[in-house]
Amino acid sequence: MAYDKFTTLTSTAVPLPIENVDTDQIIPARFLKATEREGFGDNLFRDWRYNQDNSPKEDFVLNNPKYSGKILVGGKNFGSGSSREHAAWAVYDYGFRVVVSSFFADIFRGNCLNIGVLPVQVSADFLGKIFNAVEKNPRTELKVDLPEQKITLLSTGDNESFDINDYKKNNMTNGFDDIDYLLNIKKDIQEFAKTRPF
Amino acid sequence: MSSKKTLFDKVWDSHVVHQIENGPDVLFIDRHMVHEVTSPVAFLGLKNRGIGVLHPEKTFATADHNTPTINQHLPVEDPLSAHQLKMLEENANEHGISYWGLGHEKNGIVHVVGPEYGITVPGATIVCGDSHTSTHGAFGAIAFGIGTSEVEMVLASQCIMQPKPKRMRINITGELQFGVTPKDVALFIISQLTTSGATGYFVEYAGDVFKNMSMEGRMTVCNLSIEMGARGGMIAPDETTFHYIKGREFTPKGEAWDKAMDYWQTLYTDADAIFDKELTFDGSLIEPMITYGTNPGMGMGISNDIPTSNMVQGGASTYKKSLDYMKFGEGDSMIGKPIDFVFLGSCTNGRIEDFRAFASIVKGRKKADNVTAWLVPGSHKVEKAIKEEGLLAIIKEAGFELREPGCSACLAMNDDKVPSGKLAVSTSNRNFEGRQGPGSRTLLASPLVAAAAAVTGKVTDPRELMEKEMA
Repeated sequence: MAYDKFTTLTSTAVPLPIENVDTDQIIPARFLKATEREGFGDNLFRDWRYNQDNSPKEDFVLNNPKYSGKILVGGKNFGSGSSREHAAWAVYDYGFRVVVSSFFADIFRGNCLNIGVLPVQVSADFLGKIFNAVEKNPRTELKVDLPEQKITLLSTGDNESFDINDYKKNNMTNGFDDIDYLLNIKKDIQEFAKTRPF
Repeated sequence: MSSKKTLFDKVWDSHVVHQIENGPDVLFIDRHMVHEVTSPVAFLGLKNRGIGVLHPEKTFATADHNTPTINQHLPVEDPLSAHQLKMLEENANEHGISYWGLGHEKNGIVHVVGPEYGITVPGATIVCGDSHTSTHGAFGAIAFGIGTSEVEMVLASQCIMQPKPKRMRINITGELQFGVTPKDVALFIISQLTTSGATGYFVEYAGDVFKNMSMEGRMTVCNLSIEMGARGGMIAPDETTFHYIKGREFTPKGEAWDKAMDYWQTLYTDADAIFDKELTFDGSLIEPMITYGTNPGMGMGISNDIPTSNMVQGGASTYKKSLDYMKFGEGDSMIGKPIDFVFLGSCTNGRIEDFRAFASIVKGRKKADNVTAWLVPGSHKVEKAIKEEGLLAIIKEAGFELREPGCSACLAMNDDKVPSGKLAVSTSNRNFEGRQGPGSRTLLASPLVAAAAAVTGKVTDPRELMEKEMA
């Protein structure tokens, strides 16, 4: 699925300092009945965000007008659990383009990269600095520079580099996806298929 | 660099079509399974690109996540679910993919029917848009869950692009105690590693405990690999494996079988092969397990007390939030806690062996009045075996009913939802907040622990009920 190119982003951030945020919290299973990709942002963090009568839970960060922005900052082991890409779609559809954490679950990280959300893994120390700075001043901005692989806390100038492989970096900066690549090597794949015994 | 290879390396390396420098491998996929929830957007993607399915004969479709477990012969009532099921059928038909829909004799949970019909074989690469695809690793396959973009990749090209994970071996030595099942082994490992302890790794399970384990048990263990963060887990194929798969509908026959066997018998980790991480546990120390928190790593031996926040790794505030959700206190004993629901089923514990275990405890006893129990076979084949082995009569006599196959209350996409605040003992794989319905509280455990809870109405050590029988 094609998505907007990503190079740099400067934005305020939404802090969610909870560990092991699983994909059932990001998008509960009962909202996976759609057959298209639209509208998942409405149910992002549904059960943390709304009471069962659909009234907003005021103490949840997405309902707090102090916090906004295109960067979601989560605690360690963000996105554990199910392979549902709907979780990444919900994050994207809500308006986030970057998720920052000190550790990501594997499938969630891969899903994000495949749909144009950049997972930025930082040290536990730097994550703590971001949480502190944003808590102190919700208007604190972060700058995420993909070509330079660098994230900067603009209020203090603290920064850290982050990992991404060259292939995925190239895809994200150009808005390419893997299927474009795979279709280009289709002949090789078909030759390879003939060698498989079963 | 040693030429000695791990089981994982042997299978992975033989499927690499292309290697991209400082990027992922292009990995050929032998078997692809799809279900109604994570596939429609992938098929839509193909349509938008104007392309078809490259190898429809390598993809198999079954409806399981979003299906009712009663009255499957009637039209599905929920219009969104009905539409999703209809889309799967239409997409499968349009692209010439085998489709085992609701009511089909081969229908069931994707990770139960794959092995049952011999779609799952050693040495294969197997993917599905479901994280519990790791189940198939029990056969010595590389099997893992993928996202919908990757489902589209496999449909379009029979390949996906994946960085190669690191290798971990987990050895469990010795012999399991009476009353300890494969589910307990898995919950024990996860409690030791936490839910992120194996992230970035592919796990091989080795040691006597797995050697002596049935295929059903191995599937339960491999199924739960994802719950410690691993992409997948696998066990080297042996006589138990070959005996299980021989003669199944999709396994090779005649000469092809002999040729396959020659290959499959090479699928083991070479002596002295190097793992990035290796762990060993004594299997005889594992107790029947139960979880007390909101992730599968928050588990302990059933007779223990809930740890205090100063004893656990990680953030105390997250830990306290989790116990608050569960309405449990630090230091509480789990034994004796009254429960409301029991769920036997899922791709983790919905196989015949699980129903045998459950029946062994409820036999001659009665379901507790305060318990609502959902017994959901993993497939029609399991359902048939339950009837043929006389287990249905036993569970009915004890006051239980058998439902029709599907994922059911494991993720509660259908009507099988545990109500808010209610406590369920569940043989499934996740105890996340609201996993079994908004506000539901889940205790993960084995079929024996579930059965003991179902007849006593509270958390009970199943060994007490088993020992009485033996006396």
